[in-house]
Amino acid sequence: MSAPAASPFAIETRALNLWYGSFQALKGVTVGIRHGQITSLIGPSGCGKTTLLRCFNRVNERYGEVRTTGDIEVLGRNIYAADVSLIELRRSVGMVFQRPNPLPLTVYENVVFALRLHTPGRQLTRPTLDEAVERALTETGLWKDLKDRLRTRATDLQLEQQQKLCIARLLPLRPDVILMDEPCSALDVEGTRAIEDLMAELRGRYTIVIVTHSMAQARRVSDECIFMLLGELVEHRRTAELFLVPQDRRTAEYIEGRYG
Amino acid sequence: MIREPITAPGPGRRHRRSFWSLLGEQAVEAAIRLSGISAIVFVLAIFFFIFREAAPVLFSEQFDPIEFLFSVQWYPTSAVDVRYGTLALTAGTAGVTLLAMALAVPFGLGAAIFVSEFCGPRVKETLKVVIELLAAIPSVVWGFVALTVLSRLMVEYTSAPVGVNMLNGGIILALMSVPIIVSIGEDALRAVPDSYREAAVAMGATRWQLVFRVLLPAARHGLLAAVLLGVGRAVGETMAVLMATGHAVHVPHGILDSVRTLTANIAAELGEAPAGSEHYRILFLTGIQLFAITFAVNLAADLVVRGTRRR
Repeated sequence: MSAPAASPFAIETRALNLWYGSFQALKGVTVGIRHGQITSLIGPSGCGKTTLLRCFNRVNERYGEVRTTGDIEVLGRNIYAADVSLIELRRSVGMVFQRPNPLPLTVYENVVFALRLHTPGRQLTRPTLDEAVERALTETGLWKDLKDRLRTRATDLQLEQQQKLCIARLLPLRPDVILMDEPCSALDVEGTRAIEDLMAELRGRYTIVIVTHSMAQARRVSDECIFMLLGELVEHRRTAELFLVPQDRRTAEYIEGRYG
Repeated sequence: MIREPITAPGPGRRHRRSFWSLLGEQAVEAAIRLSGISAIVFVLAIFFFIFREAAPVLFSEQFDPIEFLFSVQWYPTSAVDVRYGTLALTAGTAGVTLLAMALAVPFGLGAAIFVSEFCGPRVKETLKVVIELLAAIPSVVWGFVALTVLSRLMVEYTSAPVGVNMLNGGIILALMSVPIIVSIGEDALRAVPDSYREAAVAMGATRWQLVFRVLLPAARHGLLAAVLLGVGRAVGETMAVLMATGHAVHVPHGILDSVRTLTANIAAELGEAPAGSEHYRILFLTGIQLFAITFAVNLAADLVVRGTRRR
């Protein structure tokens, strides 16, 4: 998928409905997520924010019994079109999960894992791989700590490093969008700060969408903020505005902490 | 709901348990400990009793361990020159087992992967039930199948002079080991955390890439265990191979030769060997040999598993 410049949005949905079996998790969500910015999704548990996030690379479909109507366009292409390759979609839309989930391989192999998936073996020479590893780890601030430990098992690292590695392993594919599903919920204060700093570093080069349970985090890291409730999109504005002058009564009550 | 007033356990009112409840707990604990230790006791006891039967011949002066292990001459009841060489029997066991594994490992692991990763829930349930059913078929019934169905097919479709041969035994043993490999292998694959699958899928892995690059490496210890249990089943199986392999003491030159395995030999001859005779004791010695083979297989596997874990 090449990036068309026309639209200001990296991701757009129109009247998106989603059902898990008979339960409707998303109701008519229409939203545009801007290129190169960090957009946060907030709302109480069960409001559909993670579901919405998981629509953007269609990993929702792993759990059978999922039905969607409406459109999602990522970089100007309808991702539900028949000719869309899920593999190519996921190549340009990376994902970071709640619990760091590096694969039980070495640090090195984790970083080049996606590269190996998407490139024929003979094009992957040792220098290409080495360079990709160094670049990805440098970009995520791991190079200094891990350059002498590339052969350790990734699952033996500290949680914070594991989560950074999970971001690093997306970068060799040059994704356009990075989806983050509560990336700090398993981390302590220091780890959270480190991931947030990293997100600030990556801003501009990647479009980042983050689901978070912490309104404070949404305020700290995001440019735009989307508030969801019971599967509906309630309000979507610049983060600063949403927290200062919420337009919707429900948003105001949520950020005041009346529920959620 | 009636709430009882909560009273703090003061100095005068200790939580004290009755004599019987303490005794009961200790009895349960002792029983559990005993059943834990019993496994070791049984193995040692079995080894001891077999060894006791075999010991007189093992330490006698005429006994030649080199001849026992490496001679192909097995003439236990010869009137003029009794010879006990087990090489042909060992070769029979090894040949049948290798053949069985060559068939069972690809099928078994393939089926485990299919059941765990590729099929829908309904097919999965059906397959698991059928596979368990396959595991429940008594070995003597497999022997019937070997004698009647397979041996006829052998004669019809191969150049084998007799239908009961190594290939026949190998196929039967493969059929008997596959259910074990499938069910243990499927457990091993299911034990791989779903987060690994999710990570790989979200990076755009195809199903095959997921299987070969993530699941098989992550589950390799469990899969190795599955294969080894299959090997153990094949080495130890007696009745089906007795009926399927033709019972000829003979180092096989091809897969269509008839062979005899260590186990089948014991089963067939022990009833006719007078208790306490040399022949009888030699048969017990071949039992120890079997013990040693399975022990070596398990030990090797254990070392392999440890080796890969350390890396």
